[in-house]
Amino acid sequence: MAILVLAEHDNASLKLDTAKVVACGQAIGGEIDVLVVGHNCDSVASEAQKLAGVRNVLVADSASYANHLAENISELMVGIASDYEHVLAPASSFGKDVLPRVAALLDVSQLSEVIEVVSSDTFVRPIYAGSVLATVQSLDDKKVMTVRSSAFDAVASGGNAERVVLTQDVAPQVEFVEQSLTESERPELGSASVVVSGGRALGNSENFALLEQLADKLGGAVGASRAAVDAGFVPNDLQVGQTGKIVAPDLYIAVGISGAIQHLAGMKDSKVIVAINKDPEAPIFQVADYGLEADLFDAVPQLLAQL
Amino acid sequence: MKVLVPVKRVVDANVKVRVNADNTGVDTANLKMAINPFCEIAVEEAVRLKEAGSASEIVVLSIGPKASQEQLRTALALGADRAIHIETDEELVPLSIAKLIHAVQQKEQAELVILGKQSIDGDNNQTGQMLAALAKMPQATFASEVKLDGDKLVVIREIDGGLQTIHLPLPAVVTADLRLNEPRYAKLPNIMKAKRKPLETLSPADFDVTLKSHQTIVKVTPPAERSGGVMVASVEELVEKLKNEAKVI
Repeated sequence: MAILVLAEHDNASLKLDTAKVVACGQAIGGEIDVLVVGHNCDSVASEAQKLAGVRNVLVADSASYANHLAENISELMVGIASDYEHVLAPASSFGKDVLPRVAALLDVSQLSEVIEVVSSDTFVRPIYAGSVLATVQSLDDKKVMTVRSSAFDAVASGGNAERVVLTQDVAPQVEFVEQSLTESERPELGSASVVVSGGRALGNSENFALLEQLADKLGGAVGASRAAVDAGFVPNDLQVGQTGKIVAPDLYIAVGISGAIQHLAGMKDSKVIVAINKDPEAPIFQVADYGLEADLFDAVPQLLAQL
Repeated sequence: MKVLVPVKRVVDANVKVRVNADNTGVDTANLKMAINPFCEIAVEEAVRLKEAGSASEIVVLSIGPKASQEQLRTALALGADRAIHIETDEELVPLSIAKLIHAVQQKEQAELVILGKQSIDGDNNQTGQMLAALAKMPQATFASEVKLDGDKLVVIREIDGGLQTIHLPLPAVVTADLRLNEPRYAKLPNIMKAKRKPLETLSPADFDVTLKSHQTIVKVTPPAERSGGVMVASVEELVEKLKNEAKVI
């Protein structure tokens, strides 16, 4: 029994999510191979080789894979899937784009956002915005699934996997035009140990600078509710929730966020939740470990002064 | 260009669902049902493409119990031209749904299929990608902007680090993200008119599609409850507790 893990990377470095998906692979049990598909991604392959518990790192390096488009990556993966019983990818926008396509080409069902391994064919995944957990047994001969990385701890480095070069190349159907990424010096939202999130109550994008200062002081990342994103205060890739990122940091500070079901879906597995809100009835206080009923424009500067 | 828009009937987004007594599923009896919010955005986008002269006809499709016809009527009231209902009481996995949508897409020769990026009940985020794979079509998932430029589709996608622009040849599959548009409300005259628009009822057996059994739900459970927290009176107390009690800063 072998497990294939699709690596997530930007052609320069490996995303931490990959190490977390490898941890899920270890929970299933079996030989784990990591697939690195990209262009000029030699350094990524070297990083993947160092992941503990990995047998082989398969590398498909070609200009046609430079932009990580789902159409050709899925074709490539189907070509090598016969050697594997499990095919895993992170439940990121990349994994969610590619993996269902792989599953359909293999004529098997896919499990999304797996958070727990019960056995090699039975897994737990959240449904209804995390209000319900479903334990699902797969009847397919291949188990294709995306893994919620916040539910697993990354495997250590220090491994020494073999590198295997794949020569198969599949031309993309889709023309990639451009990409605009939000630049930030802060840690990545999905893997930060502290997240400071703001909602509609911030009022405008300038006021978000207050949260950025707080995040910087705590060495954390900045997140946002859908209301703050829709109002244009911050870019949408900072959205935490059912349709945004799922985070589970050690400390989550929700500032001026009411706590709708869809937002809670993205952060309620955080270890410690702090809520600062001037509405004592806000649902966020029902999940907060520490609640402070206060105006955020008084409380956040005070907090900054005392840290 | 003919556009096909699959829509799903789901529990309303604002309803908090409960696990049933024997842990086999979710209690949906007597709950408010609605069109899945992402599907609504997909319908709106199709209507806008038609208003812009890019789309010629909009066909909406729903696969599910008889009551799904309500959601099809909603979509017709929003501006779709006609509806197809594939009636089944079975819980189908996204792959089976994708196979049925593919059969309809081929029959209708639709050049563009717009779906929601995920349904808010199953949270799978799979059907559009699976359909694209089965139909060997290119896909643009998590779209926040779609326009037709000559014979190609220009799509801006929401990805983890920001935004990505791609060009797709038609036929193609697009899945809608929240920020694609703000769906309109159906006006009363349009709701009345929608009652007279064509709605065709079919069954999965009408298509040459084999649906397999892919998974069984062993059980469903509520997630662990968070233990009740405390309210602090001041920022000083908050900092003190985070330092000494929770030890997170």
